[in-house]
Amino acid sequence: MSTHGEEELNTNYLKVGSGVKSWLLTLDHKRIGVMYLVSVILAFFLGGVFALLVRLELLAPGRTIMTAAQYNRAFTLHGAIMVFLFIIPSIPAALGNFILPVMLGAKDVAFPRLNLLSFYVYVVGTIFALFSIISGSVDTGWTFYTPYSTSTNTSVVSMTLAAFILGFSSILTGLNFMVTVHKLRAPGMHWRRLPLFIWGMYATSIIQVLATPVLAITLLLLAMERVFGLGIFDASLGGDPVLFQHFFWFYSHPAVYIMIVPGMAVVSELFATFTRRAIFGYFAIAMSSLGLALVGFLVWAHHMFTAGISEFAAMLFSALTFLVAIPSGVKVFNWTATLYKGSIWLTTPMLYALAFLVQFTIGGLTGLFLGTLATDIHLHDTYFVVAHFHYVMMGGTVMAFLGGLLYWWPKITGKMYDEGLAKISWGFVFVGFNATFLVQFIMGSRGMPRRYYDYLPEYRPYHAFSTVGSWILGVGFLIYAAVLIKSLRSGPKAPPNPWGSAGFEWATESPPVLANFKDVPTITRGPYDYHLVTEEELFDGFPEDAPKKA
Amino acid sequence: MSTASTTEHDAAHGHEHPKWLAHHFDSPTQQFDSAKLGMWIFICTEILMLGGLFVAYGIFRGMEPDVFHHAHEHLNWRLGAVNTVVLLFSSLTAALAVRQSQVGDRKGTTNYLVVTLLCAAVFLCVKYVEYSAKIEHGLLPGRCFGHPGFADHCINAGASVMPAAVHGLTTRASMFFALYFMMTGIHGLHVVIGMGVLGWVLWRNLRGDFSKEYFTAVEIGALYWHLVDLVWIYLFPLLYLVG
Repeated sequence: MSTHGEEELNTNYLKVGSGVKSWLLTLDHKRIGVMYLVSVILAFFLGGVFALLVRLELLAPGRTIMTAAQYNRAFTLHGAIMVFLFIIPSIPAALGNFILPVMLGAKDVAFPRLNLLSFYVYVVGTIFALFSIISGSVDTGWTFYTPYSTSTNTSVVSMTLAAFILGFSSILTGLNFMVTVHKLRAPGMHWRRLPLFIWGMYATSIIQVLATPVLAITLLLLAMERVFGLGIFDASLGGDPVLFQHFFWFYSHPAVYIMIVPGMAVVSELFATFTRRAIFGYFAIAMSSLGLALVGFLVWAHHMFTAGISEFAAMLFSALTFLVAIPSGVKVFNWTATLYKGSIWLTTPMLYALAFLVQFTIGGLTGLFLGTLATDIHLHDTYFVVAHFHYVMMGGTVMAFLGGLLYWWPKITGKMYDEGLAKISWGFVFVGFNATFLVQFIMGSRGMPRRYYDYLPEYRPYHAFSTVGSWILGVGFLIYAAVLIKSLRSGPKAPPNPWGSAGFEWATESPPVLANFKDVPTITRGPYDYHLVTEEELFDGFPEDAPKKA
Repeated sequence: MSTASTTEHDAAHGHEHPKWLAHHFDSPTQQFDSAKLGMWIFICTEILMLGGLFVAYGIFRGMEPDVFHHAHEHLNWRLGAVNTVVLLFSSLTAALAVRQSQVGDRKGTTNYLVVTLLCAAVFLCVKYVEYSAKIEHGLLPGRCFGHPGFADHCINAGASVMPAAVHGLTTRASMFFALYFMMTGIHGLHVVIGMGVLGWVLWRNLRGDFSKEYFTAVEIGALYWHLVDLVWIYLFPLLYLVG
């Protein structure tokens, strides 16, 4: 392990060493975070291309651009890439890796080598996934349901191994964050002063550590099932295909909280900073993250109401599912209350946070329709589910990711971005997203099944509308990419605290030094205590231009 | 080294950084506690992973208790018992290795680690004997069931090879052996990984990395080894002593 000299520890992390090797072998959580960031953005692009292809195919009934078999592969790859390669690592592994130790006042995560290992495990998993795409691809949907997944002759084994390996990357990151939060907090950073981003990351880590191993064993059994005909999911050998669904959702339902809780964590920071006030109900928001982590483990069978589980089990899981609304509601009401009488600054990150608030609420409330047994029988496996899921995942987590990335961009790169252009991209993304998915609620409730290659002419206007929406969305993302590239090329230098936030990560330089802070910070207030901060702490310009104290 | 070259960094911490203390930790206790907490969390992960198999075992045994009972008679409980004793003993020696490194006895640590590794090797040898007997008798699960050895190329054969009755067992007994091979196989893999971890600890101990002040890796490695032992404690009665 390389040891750093005093001077290096106090140097801008981007300037400590140069060349490819200084990045690929780095143990610095900030550089690892940046490498993750680049990877997940590439994965998002790839998954997005598949999404656009799927929407394009659905523009008109019958064959539009691809065959039915190609279509099955396209939606499977869209799902698998977005879930395993993008959204799960997006906020925790990319933004979290960078920001979490800085917020805690720590010099690094607890296990820097493990952190680098988790990145390379992610890379190996990605290689497996790409190999699977090249060698015949997968057409099972991202859920790999048996018995189809054990009988289709596409390359299921390499894709399940990819998900298996990516799971380990996720576990290692979660483990690292948990230990870091427990053991590496700066002096004075007690639990009641933890930023809500940290609370969210902590709750996410618990789910990653406890749920992901169940997916690992499930996928391993599935692979063995294909190779040996093991029989555990095969009714003809005394096994049970529904057991696969239980196992799969025991992970994959908590996994949707691995995806959304980090989004909630990010917008909590955005709301506090851009309303210039203490977040309303700090403790309630913190506990609701843990609440989601807990309740998330108790509701998995609501994915299986029509899979032949017993009536009693269905009722029980339906009732438990409604519990999810409580912590979610706590958050939404507290964020809204934070806006009330705050001095709102409509920067692009704040616009994304507001989009999150509206869209997550729609996504969350429609989840209750699906948790209700009687309506679920009608809505199950329709576009209503697709719209619900995308309102939470894309309308929620992706918005938070985009907002969070711009919010911390000056800290990560040391450069400002073009606010005007960013607002334009937000407009496209917001309009495009809602155009794409709002209409899917309608066609789903009218009976359009999900994952179908073809449809009745009655659904054509809805599908066409949705596809046009996806183009607007695509344009929005391209403009967003242009914002980032422009900033990297010619963005003005960022001051330490461009948003005038009271958050701890803004107390160090932009970009931070290798050890994050030149002196170990001592925390004397909460991260949202705007009534306790000094003027210097909120100063949003460069220190050398700061007004001298009288 | 304490007075002359006290840098600003050290002054900020108020103490020296020994060479084994990573730069991002303030004190040896913090580093040790972090490592230990990390291993405990990892152990939770492992238990949840194996939990899936235990759940499957519970379900399928509950569905067909008689089939499981007949199938388990084909396992050699004596060999299983020997392995149980061997692993329990290895856990003891692993714990003693930690004790010796805590008091700074490098040689004692080495001895106990070597004994632990030997026990692990004995365990794997016994497992090898058991596995090869099962495979010879056609007790590999799934498509291979009822087909001794790998003669029928039953792996990846698709529907061309079907399970067959063997030794008075119906094809349903394949489920028991599916669970047997998955559970003991994954456990065996953990034994191998555990040997790797302990081997690495041994190598570092021989190199002289550890002292009374710093024995984190010994402690962590032994902790992992206890997990390996603990899992077997559950596997042995569930698989060998059904009845």
